[in-house]
Amino acid sequence: MPIRLAAVAGAALFVSSCQETAVQPQPMAGADPARGRRVIEQVGCGACHLIPGVSWPQGRVGPSLDGFGSQALIGGRFPNRPEILARWVRDAPSLAPRTGMPAMPMTEPEARDVAAYLYTLDAR
Amino acid sequence: MSPPTSTRSTLAEALRGWPPPPLDPAGPHAGAVAALSWALFGMFVAVLLVVVAALLVALFGKPAWRRRLAREKAIWIGGLAFPVVVLTALLVWGLTLTRDLTAAPQPGEMRVRVTGEMWWWRVVYLDGEGRAAILDANELHIPAGTPVTLELEAADVIHSFWIPRLAGKLDMIPGRRNILRIQADSPGVYAGQCAEYCGGPHALMGFVVVAHAPAEFERWRAERLAPPAPPPDAFAARGAQLFETAGCGACHRVRGTGAEGLAGPDLSHVGARRSLGAGILPNNHGALAGWIADSQAIKPGNRMPPYRVLSGEELRALAAWLGSRR
Repeated sequence: MPIRLAAVAGAALFVSSCQETAVQPQPMAGADPARGRRVIEQVGCGACHLIPGVSWPQGRVGPSLDGFGSQALIGGRFPNRPEILARWVRDAPSLAPRTGMPAMPMTEPEARDVAAYLYTLDAR
Repeated sequence: MSPPTSTRSTLAEALRGWPPPPLDPAGPHAGAVAALSWALFGMFVAVLLVVVAALLVALFGKPAWRRRLAREKAIWIGGLAFPVVVLTALLVWGLTLTRDLTAAPQPGEMRVRVTGEMWWWRVVYLDGEGRAAILDANELHIPAGTPVTLELEAADVIHSFWIPRLAGKLDMIPGRRNILRIQADSPGVYAGQCAEYCGGPHALMGFVVVAHAPAEFERWRAERLAPPAPPPDAFAARGAQLFETAGCGACHRVRGTGAEGLAGPDLSHVGARRSLGAGILPNNHGALAGWIADSQAIKPGNRMPPYRVLSGEELRALAAWLGSRR
């Protein structure tokens, strides 16, 4: 009986943890999405990207970031993980030397805030 | 690669806030206009109060008071003499003010010709003889505490030049030269906006005035007159070459290169500007690259075509070169 209970509990835990990763945005510890949106407006990411929540500009040079939170890859090459994204938004050429996305003038904490905002853009 | 330092679009910030910029003068010329505005406002409140009081007396007052109000003398004074005197005084005040603000340039005064174009501003600093000394666009640098005379012109349609904290609006009319004097009392950044509908992206036609402390301004002027620096690194040098081969020089001028086009904004010092696209975007490599690749998505209808032939790396090289033109 205890073994069975443990198995059921374990299964439930497994299922619930799966659901959590599927539904919740990726964690970006200590970062503030609202601040990230302000940084996005300040440095003008919209010059190249359509970003939900940023009314203008809505550039068409780079991909639309609608639903970015559930996108698998960054720039079509790197797994969409928080630490990679925070580096990408700040200095993409250091990861992909041939990319069209330039290094953007923001600090590391600001880059983490920007990443946190992008993870709120979940296509649901 | 270090990104340029100016990252703020000053326009949006400077046109909002409390008190509203037109009522928050930063120099004597805007101050005189604001004083007149407040006088008109005060007058309007006083007249409103008197009229409402008279109305209340006429409706509910004691018979003796009502008779007084109906006398011929009250009509002559309140209905004729008072408006004639007050309105004439305000008219004289307004006309004198306009004359002082638009008087012809004095010898020795700093003169800058600003031309409204669809949808940006051509800025030409004139020397003592009225010849073009420094070419720039969308941004005006002035010494604080000194009046500067602006010669306002238009290249195509009517625009209106308006830096709310420094002066009132003045139209830019094709075929005419209007004179406007501005002065900033202290160093700072003052935003402006085209105030006359001039077609398509009129709302995206902003302007920035940067007032420097006098010594700082002299340093700025010396920098602008010094020979242009070579590209800082190989990547920027590649951008310079791309600028030439892509034909950007047909419309844009960059001092010290073969690019001599005058149809679009002068880019000799574009990297030093506070904003891009005429006061609308922050100035950094990303916004530069995005503007070059497809400015039509940002400012629809503007005269610059999208450059879809350039690779991502080439766009970044161009941005690095232009960002280094300071």
